[in-house]
Amino acid sequence: MLLTAADWQAVWLTLKLATLVTMLLLLIGTPLAWWLARTRSVWRGPVSALVAMPLVLPPTVLGFYLLLALGPNGPLGQLTQALGFGLLPFSFSGLVLASLLYSLPFVVQPIQNAMEAMGERPLEVAATLGAGPLDRFFTVVLPQAKPGLLTAAVLGFAHTVGEFGVVLMIGGNIPAETRVISVQIYDHVEALNYTQAHALSLLMLVFSFVVLLLMYSLNRNSRLNFSLSRP
Amino acid sequence: MTDLHLNIDCHRGDFRLRLDTTLAGQGVTAVFGPSGCGKTTLLRCIAGLEAGGEVRLGEQVWSSRQRSLPAHQRPLALVFQDAGLLKHLNVQGNLDYGVKRAHQRGLTPLAHEQAQQVLELLDLLPLLQRPVQRLSGGEQQRVALARALLINPRLLLLDEPLSALDTARKQEVLPYLRRLHQVYQGPMLYVSHALEEVVQLADQLLLLERGEMRAQGGLAEVLATLNLGDETGVVLEGTVVAQEADGLARLALTADGTAAGSTELLLSAPQAAIGDHLRARVLARDVSISLSRADDSSILNILPVQIDSLSADGTSVLLNLRLRSGGLLRARLTQRSVTQLGLQAGMSVWAQVKSVALAG
Repeated sequence: MLLTAADWQAVWLTLKLATLVTMLLLLIGTPLAWWLARTRSVWRGPVSALVAMPLVLPPTVLGFYLLLALGPNGPLGQLTQALGFGLLPFSFSGLVLASLLYSLPFVVQPIQNAMEAMGERPLEVAATLGAGPLDRFFTVVLPQAKPGLLTAAVLGFAHTVGEFGVVLMIGGNIPAETRVISVQIYDHVEALNYTQAHALSLLMLVFSFVVLLLMYSLNRNSRLNFSLSRP
Repeated sequence: MTDLHLNIDCHRGDFRLRLDTTLAGQGVTAVFGPSGCGKTTLLRCIAGLEAGGEVRLGEQVWSSRQRSLPAHQRPLALVFQDAGLLKHLNVQGNLDYGVKRAHQRGLTPLAHEQAQQVLELLDLLPLLQRPVQRLSGGEQQRVALARALLINPRLLLLDEPLSALDTARKQEVLPYLRRLHQVYQGPMLYVSHALEEVVQLADQLLLLERGEMRAQGGLAEVLATLNLGDETGVVLEGTVVAQEADGLARLALTADGTAAGSTELLLSAPQAAIGDHLRARVLARDVSISLSRADDSSILNILPVQIDSLSADGTSVLLNLRLRSGGLLRARLTQRSVTQLGLQAGMSVWAQVKSVALAG
């Protein structure tokens, strides 16, 4: 086998991180997308912009500010210490938190697009058939937004697997804790260990292709649409 | 009696709907008027999809100045213009969606046998497992109708259910609508801008114009007072007393109580059987007047009438005629004909009815 034990460790860590982050993002992103799709509040603009920030910011900027905020003197760092979680930078938890922020737009926007495309009519129909707001959300909104949810899950997962800049800033390079595949590849290249770098890189290439292929064939009618433009 | 009391005041942009009336607790009330007159807004207010004003069904207050019952708690059903099927469910799933939630708003959905009867009436039994994307427009509307009927609503609202369909599909769905009373006895509000549908389906008529009520009452009475240009005319109801060999049915017009005599009308209704209750429509432009009964005319229906009133309408004159049965007939004549014949209110004359259209 081409992959070393350290490589496998990185693969396992990456999968663990991406799975956890995707599940959390679906839980956070779905209600957030619903709110953004429906609200007429003045906060809609600012919140949309904040959610979309990671799309345009260099990952290092995001990582840098997270490092400061989560550090011993940062407001979030003091909070986590006061709550007994200790300091998050250079830990798996810190990596999860950073990935949540970093991949948020990739999850929120496809869901939001699907919910907006649905329109008002199915909700009115469900209401006149006796379904209350929560009932409508679970029996109409979620099933009809399923293509968007699927796209969101795939993009969120793939994007988390592919992150590098944020990981280096906030996670560093600790085996079995923060050393994900992208960092491991970087290490191999730094050490001129091209064979190992090839093996892992090829793995990532094939993985990305298969995931996207799967999504497109499952989801033929929808697009990988996460444009920033708002109607 | 569960009459529907309305006192609506609804603003939408620069449009305002204002209405204060009571609608019959049974039969079909057509809400009729041109596009943009507020018909759909009225239904949406009643259904709770739009706020504004007071709605009360019998003693049950749905909305008042103080509070408003949300749409999902009102025991009604609404059939949308575009059918509004939930596209992530198949036909059966759509039918079940309302039934499952009927109890929580105090409704008792139809029992199995009655439900089966509804599905048979609407010819849906072969379609139950079909995804809704694979239904034709007419089929979609039939599913939407069944979905509404199965929950056995206290009030059934229909928002132009035929207007999204082409002429052929309309003719396909109309007979189903005419048969609805076999399975649903509650009150029904039918919104439409097509007179043809209204005269076939409605018992009562509510006429809206620019957000305000212009007329309300029994279909025949209200229709007989309206000037609808070329479509001006009357609706006559009667019972088939004979079916002649040449396919013409003899219709005895229903007397309205005050009438002394009876009037019979011949019309082409090959499907009708003796005892059937039929509705016929006679347009004012198809009625002419003669002072004596013409025996050498090709016109079949020559009826004795009395002139109630005459009113000038542009270059023509509209005559309101009273039949012996008490019913009304209208005739549109030129000013010259009126002068030549010396027609005046109170005169007894003969009405020649050139064509009678069967309307349900």
